[in-house]
Amino acid sequence: MLTGYPRNDGRKGIRNTLVVAYLVECAHHVAREITFAYRDRDVHLIGFPGCYPNDYSQRMMEALCTHPNVGAVLLVSLGCESFNKQKLGKVIKASGRPVETLVIQGVGGTGPTIDAGRAFIDWVLPELEAAVRAPMGVDELVIGTVCGGSDGTSGITGNPAAGLSFDRLAADGAACIFEETGELIGCEHVMADRAATPELAVELRGAVDKAAAYYAQMGYGSFAPGNADGGLTTIEEKSLGAYAKSGSGQIHGMLKPGDVPPKGGLYLLDVVPDGDPKFGFPNINDNAEIAELMACGCHLTYFVTGRGSVVGSAISPVIKICANPETYDRMAGDMDVNAGRILRGSPLTEVGDEIYDLTLAVAGGEATKSEALGHREFILTYKTFEPLGPACLPAA
Amino acid sequence: MTKPDVRLIRLAEPDNVLMIATALAAGEALDVAGETIPLPAPLSLGHKIAARPIAAGETILKYNFPIGVAIADIPLGAHVHVHNVRSDYTPTHVIEEA
Repeated sequence: MLTGYPRNDGRKGIRNTLVVAYLVECAHHVAREITFAYRDRDVHLIGFPGCYPNDYSQRMMEALCTHPNVGAVLLVSLGCESFNKQKLGKVIKASGRPVETLVIQGVGGTGPTIDAGRAFIDWVLPELEAAVRAPMGVDELVIGTVCGGSDGTSGITGNPAAGLSFDRLAADGAACIFEETGELIGCEHVMADRAATPELAVELRGAVDKAAAYYAQMGYGSFAPGNADGGLTTIEEKSLGAYAKSGSGQIHGMLKPGDVPPKGGLYLLDVVPDGDPKFGFPNINDNAEIAELMACGCHLTYFVTGRGSVVGSAISPVIKICANPETYDRMAGDMDVNAGRILRGSPLTEVGDEIYDLTLAVAGGEATKSEALGHREFILTYKTFEPLGPACLPAA
Repeated sequence: MTKPDVRLIRLAEPDNVLMIATALAAGEALDVAGETIPLPAPLSLGHKIAARPIAAGETILKYNFPIGVAIADIPLGAHVHVHNVRSDYTPTHVIEEA
């Protein structure tokens, strides 16, 4: 039986993290200094660097600060930025979490704000650490998947193995979210055939068409030079490998960043902004995708890598699945699962079962490799989204 | 009937490419469609070679899915990659050699 930390909204967390969030880059250093005193405890730094308002970033920060894995929040503002800190503070307070907002210009500069921030953490953190976990069902879990540093092995070993685990979790009633519509280009028709309704199929195809048009205008696909070094030749070849992460089940709905799945099953997260391209590339790196999966409530994320990514994440643990056996041999200390052994004769199902079992162990409190190494990457940038259309969540 | 070369993976029967399953050095000989093909250059895990001669303009099939179009004639056993294949969607960006 799983256990988790119960929250007022009915969700449960698999971690009880205290989040320190800066609301503009100008407050980043102060916020980071506050967290340095707690680097071996569950105190994580997130933030938004921009000084201009953006509905998406506001929604993302509200979703992240009330994420089930978060137990309390310290907001650090410079004072003159346009982020709506009052609204964010109210949303966190209404969720039942302890929250404090420090305005550096009001508190009196760097030193006094660091002291005040640490005083808040010293007061709240022992309570979070002593909190008792309550029973939690597998059907209460939300799991995300990304791939990064992909190569020609990703689509043969790691991604299909992650897909097998997704199939089992969705059958258990968990919500599973796959994403990066820019890396599904070429798969739109086979993917749409798995939609729960014909109307959802239209939405899924539309999301990939939008991604193709967006990336075409940017001039580059979602394809890094390392992908080509690893044997991938085109975006559609990379896509077919990435698509395998979604497993084989029916697709129950489509989400945008910040939308929490209404029930268990498999969901596509549309990460490409709506409207004319405005703020640059949809996801400037893998952690931008992980942040969006977390905003949809993901308790933990699978990260399938071939070339060898080392990243983890603030707030939600990352399970690193290494698709390439040569990479695994070089970087085993960063990898939770050696899926590359499929190329040396291990059955795909054995690796899929290992990922499933590890998911439950990590949900129960076991630290992943990136967690133990202190990886807490986080990034949030500007975007624009329209609300979901009615066909996106047919069973809601 | 020759035994398939274990260093090559055919992901689907209709594919016109094979995946390299282990790092290969220049000069190593591969058995492709009954012919012995010596490698002109090293090839790393995850790359592809032609399972049969591919003409310019032909669709490249991997997992029985189209992954691009040949922009040159590709002989049996030759490396299939960014130098002889283009995307049907967005062009592939590679870092120019400095």
